[in-house]
Amino acid sequence: MDINWIYGLLGGLVIGTAGAVYLLVNGRVMGPSSTVGGLVDGSDRSGEQVGFLAGLIAVPAIAALMIPMQTYASSNWAVLVMGGLLVGFGTRLANGCTSGHGVCGISRLSPRGIVASATYVGAGMLAVTLLRHVWGVI
Amino acid sequence: MQRTLFAALAGAIFGLGLMLSGMTDTRSVQGFLDIFGAWNPTLAFVMGGAMIPMAIAWRLAARRKTAVLGGNFPAMPPPRFDGALIGGSAAFGAGWALTGFCPGPALASLSFGGWQGLVFVAAMAAGALLAAPLRR
Repeated sequence: MDINWIYGLLGGLVIGTAGAVYLLVNGRVMGPSSTVGGLVDGSDRSGEQVGFLAGLIAVPAIAALMIPMQTYASSNWAVLVMGGLLVGFGTRLANGCTSGHGVCGISRLSPRGIVASATYVGAGMLAVTLLRHVWGVI
Repeated sequence: MQRTLFAALAGAIFGLGLMLSGMTDTRSVQGFLDIFGAWNPTLAFVMGGAMIPMAIAWRLAARRKTAVLGGNFPAMPPPRFDGALIGGSAAFGAGWALTGFCPGPALASLSFGGWQGLVFVAAMAAGALLAAPLRR
């Protein structure tokens, strides 16, 4: 087994710290799907939403100047557009993503967060199995 | 202004954590979901690590009346498991599997993710807009 899990654990602790700051200082649940959703549909265009988004984009942008980074994402337009639509639509309908329902929800034992997380992980595992091993499209 | 600054700080720490954890690498995320292939457990460590400061934060919040900058803490949502929660999460899971992107990492990698990341984020914003009329 490689050492990626160590970076995963450390990165996770940093992600949780970000959520802790946002909760304790601002009194908000850290949810990037709600940030995008609130900004595009006009339901929440507060300075906090703009500030959070700016910080989230800026730090990796600065780091990318020093360390080469890549997402290794698909270059198939249909995959990217369909995936983006499903992620944007689904997280807004369910009112949360891996951050809001996952990190922030499970950690307070929110029943909705736990059920949502079990559903998206289960659906994701089923989808990868079908897309990769049955249909061979990803 | 203070609220915006601390929100930016939280966003900045979140971006750092996502980068460090390797969650901006879509192969790692798809690898976690690939239980019948070369399974990659990294995402489980990320989630587990993130739970620790967050669980402490919720406990600290329970002892306070308001957040540091004022305002109530978010109430626990009532346990309502409707079609929006289940259907929306299932749709999200499918899109997550297809691309290896969820909203946080997609935004964090916007600067270095090339046109692929821009297309994904634009589609994600459009998807969020499509869901707006269905939200109560």
